[in-house]
Amino acid sequence: MNLKTRYQLFGAIFQAFCLAANVTALLFLLVLLFGVLSDGVEYLSIDFLLNYPSRMPEKAGILSAIVGSIFMMGLTAVFAIPTGIGAAIYIEEYASESRLIRFIKLNIQNLAGVPSIVYGILGLTLFVRGLELGRSLLAGALTMALLILPVITISAQEALRAVPDSFRLAGFGIGMTRWQVVRHMVLPVAVPGMLTGIILALSRAIGETAPLIMIGALTFIAFLPASPMDGFTVLPIQIFNWTSRPQAEFHSLAASGIIILLVVLLAMNACAIFLRVYFRNKLKHLH
Amino acid sequence: MTDQSTPESHAGGASSLLAAGGRKAVFARYGQRPSYGIGERSMRYMLRSLAYLTVGITFAILIILFVDAMQFFRQVSVIDFITGTHWEPFGEPKKLGVLPLLMGTLMVAIGSSVVAIPLGLGTAVYLTQYASPQIRNTVTPVVEVLGGIPTVVYGYFALTTVTPFLRNIFPTIEVFNALAASIVVGIAILPMISSLSVDALSAVPVSIRNAGYALGMRKFHVVTKIIIPAATSGIIASFILAFARAIGETMAVVLAAGSTPNMELDYLQGIQTMTAFIVQISLGDTPAGTIEYYTIYAIGLSLFLITFAFNILATRIVLRFREVYQ
Repeated sequence: MNLKTRYQLFGAIFQAFCLAANVTALLFLLVLLFGVLSDGVEYLSIDFLLNYPSRMPEKAGILSAIVGSIFMMGLTAVFAIPTGIGAAIYIEEYASESRLIRFIKLNIQNLAGVPSIVYGILGLTLFVRGLELGRSLLAGALTMALLILPVITISAQEALRAVPDSFRLAGFGIGMTRWQVVRHMVLPVAVPGMLTGIILALSRAIGETAPLIMIGALTFIAFLPASPMDGFTVLPIQIFNWTSRPQAEFHSLAASGIIILLVVLLAMNACAIFLRVYFRNKLKHLH
Repeated sequence: MTDQSTPESHAGGASSLLAAGGRKAVFARYGQRPSYGIGERSMRYMLRSLAYLTVGITFAILIILFVDAMQFFRQVSVIDFITGTHWEPFGEPKKLGVLPLLMGTLMVAIGSSVVAIPLGLGTAVYLTQYASPQIRNTVTPVVEVLGGIPTVVYGYFALTTVTPFLRNIFPTIEVFNALAASIVVGIAILPMISSLSVDALSAVPVSIRNAGYALGMRKFHVVTKIIIPAATSGIIASFILAFARAIGETMAVVLAAGSTPNMELDYLQGIQTMTAFIVQISLGDTPAGTIEYYTIYAIGLSLFLITFAFNILATRIVLRFREVYQ
């Protein structure tokens, strides 16, 4: 075989391998979605959405988990969004380059890599036992807020860095103060980019299970939480509970729960992608 | 992972000014005039305290893990913990050697890397080098969806789909096994490898790629001899970060790999990882204050230190070996 055909062959094999890798990844997603859909459709109904968990599969529903997840997300967002964005604004807009700021940046990168279960241990010790919040919605939301804080900060930093410096200079040029520049020049442009990060961070929070198991989120909750101090359950915990039972009926219930969870997550992802495209186009016009 | 040292200056005319003085230096002159009012100053203090809070979280994690792990190491020596080959915390007498859990963790982390590295890198190379822009823009978000699927869903997938499928190939496979766990964790970390590698591959300047073509190289050689080597630091960093993520992976492993710590290195058997053990303890009713309770802090501390080391390593590799072009 001469050199030319050999190289052509290698090239074709390499390209085929890369394509195959890509197709395999997409295939896994298809098989997963198809499996979940075919298992879960059986129990999916209005009753399933409106019933409480039950020991009898045909009566079991997911209402308390849906409501718990919504409350959880809301509270987590209240804690994590202002904190994460505030930290990002300080790092990108206020601080001058120093050893401390470099350390803070590195530290945030590392926090984003800490396993979620370690945040669970932190929440259990600090919030459940230390602050005596008990196994409550509030303790869970605070734990989740710590977990997604670095994610929000990192994406907010990126959004702030993407704002052209001419905006800041224009603000300073007409005598604006630092905060006025941030508030009126930088944030209006950066907010869509930040929103993308926030939505992705919240969609991570809505799917996280391990930290909430650590802080002892109950798995059998037949009431809706009325205050932040009440016990609660969330979608992934209910799914975990059903999956870990041996009976096939409960596995089908788990699949139905997964369908609900994935619909919520895909909707959030779609929002994030839309905002990212919108943000990119908007920035393009500024240049 | 993101590049922080060189903020892109989009500012046209202002960019030369910024390039000369450095962006921070220019802004420091405008931003810190003392004549600003109390509102301005309190805003600055508030934002600063939020930035410092992130450091506080790290310290809180470290202090909590260390203090309560000490309670554990008061009763079990560190040497016995690290070198012990039996993990039987509920037996009499208790055997508290972490190696079986570490072994289980590494089996899943290595197994999932074997799945995710070729698939993730192949995906990244295909998307950046071979795919048309339309395919790239459609496929990239779809691959990212794989990373957004909650790990409890991967656990369900392993238990109800992957293991029954594997039983056709390996009839002796157990209901809970390391192989299915490795496969689904591999899928879960694949998007991390592919999207970080896409970033690294796209950062290679067009000019050196064109230099390859100008020398008469084929596309295959330009990709394998120029572009991939130039992006190596980012690619390796993506492997390490994904490996660290696999070590910390919890729910998929809890559901798929079971809770039988052992050192057999058999992927067809059930194992237990460090994360899965922590979940097992918190699902049971272990009273606070007992040695079983403090095991979660000893394991949690080990987990934290291991993933921390890998994360630092990844950052180092990117900084040390990054090729800076221009």
